[in-house]
Amino acid sequence: MATFFGEVVVAPSRAGVDDEESAEEAREETPEDREIRRELEKKREIDVLWASPSGASPEGSAAEPFACSEFIVAIGRNAAAFLSSFILDSVCWEVVGVVKLWNEWCRTSNTTNVLPTDSFCLFYRLISDPTVLLCQCSCYVAEDQQFQWLEKVFGCMQKEGLQVTILSTCPVADYKTQESTLTLPSPFLKALKTKEFKEQVCCPLLEQPNIVRDLPAA
Amino acid sequence: MFVPCDRGGGSSSSDFNGFTLLVPAVSVGNVGQLATDLVISTLNMTKVGYFYTDCLVPMVGNNPYATAEENSMELSINAEVYSLPSKKLVVLQIRSPFIKNKYRPFCQTLLSWVKSSKCARVVLLSSSHAYQRDDEQLLGTPLRYLLTPDLEKAVGGLMRELNWKEMEKVAAYPGLNDTEKVLHIPGGGITKLLFTESCSKGIQMAVLLKFCSEGDNIPDAFALVNYLNEWLQLIKSEVNTSSQWKIPSSWRLLFGSGLPPALF
Repeated sequence: MATFFGEVVVAPSRAGVDDEESAEEAREETPEDREIRRELEKKREIDVLWASPSGASPEGSAAEPFACSEFIVAIGRNAAAFLSSFILDSVCWEVVGVVKLWNEWCRTSNTTNVLPTDSFCLFYRLISDPTVLLCQCSCYVAEDQQFQWLEKVFGCMQKEGLQVTILSTCPVADYKTQESTLTLPSPFLKALKTKEFKEQVCCPLLEQPNIVRDLPAA
Repeated sequence: MFVPCDRGGGSSSSDFNGFTLLVPAVSVGNVGQLATDLVISTLNMTKVGYFYTDCLVPMVGNNPYATAEENSMELSINAEVYSLPSKKLVVLQIRSPFIKNKYRPFCQTLLSWVKSSKCARVVLLSSSHAYQRDDEQLLGTPLRYLLTPDLEKAVGGLMRELNWKEMEKVAAYPGLNDTEKVLHIPGGGITKLLFTESCSKGIQMAVLLKFCSEGDNIPDAFALVNYLNEWLQLIKSEVNTSSQWKIPSSWRLLFGSGLPPALF
């Protein structure tokens, strides 16, 4: 908003095009720039650490992809809380992995003994069926880290016969519908599924033109 | 980067030898992308694959070109490829913005894919900030074109026949030195980079752009797609060409949900 008469305000483009950014890129990168960029990239790298089969403390990533039949991913605090309240317990599930990351919005905690208010990304395995894996990701994974998260996490598991379920939440205000969102009975469930998913979906599919973005989309 | 869909067509569905590739630039008003939506929707193009890339913000939704219950459930992501072999046309639709610092790698990968898939030429649909026009550009048509030297030889004459206006260059240092001219496409996203790279790599590329501002850009999209049609003749151009283009179902609710009645 302009603050005084005659002030010219550059309107931000919906297309996400930023002229200053492209002008900056246009000039040659100096060795210092390159070094800074490399350091920043290193800082924003994601580490996926898995516990060794013997149950010792987390080591480096698994050398071989492990078998996985069901992978449930809860993204965001609400979905993570849902899993904590209704699914997870210390009797049937054990922690088998953690994702460590940093970005401007959050840093994941170093422990596996987390509080609900912490930012964390943990993997649990069902003790009675070790091919069932669960991920609680309450930290925000930034745009430039989402692809990395995806590749590093899925890179560790066998994808044959794998069924993935992603749980996430969005504000009702973001939902586009003919009527006003004020009168919508909320909360409500919507789903997206790949054509390979043959089972019955427990709720209606997400109608156009609504979309999902960020880590759940990735 | 390009992942073909397996539709039983085998490799024939991803053979683009000699095709024209239509690509939008993510630019002001998203006009290129809207125009591309109109092309895909009207010509009922078939999806033949997608780009697996870390350069665009991830997104997913249900089929944006759904016309009925049966075809509304196919997932759609941020960079997908559609083809219409009868018109030797292949289209890449981009649906989300670039991730910071990633647009350069994307341009490089895109152009090397253009070369490896042997597309004959690339048509880039774009737009530029209307408020940056100079006095002369304020008058007359808001549509402009650019051709790489290789394509200029082939179709330059046709552009002159169609009475099209080439995008003007601006002074590199306005006020200081008016002789050195550069290409400047404010708000055009990757347009300038793709164009200059294509010039140096010998790729036949045409840029079609419209001067516009953010707002309801549907009329801009229609103007741009009609401009494209003057050249490529994708649909029969009759007097009222706007009604010939089919608006996709995903264009509903572009400005949000309905209003609460209690507001009034």
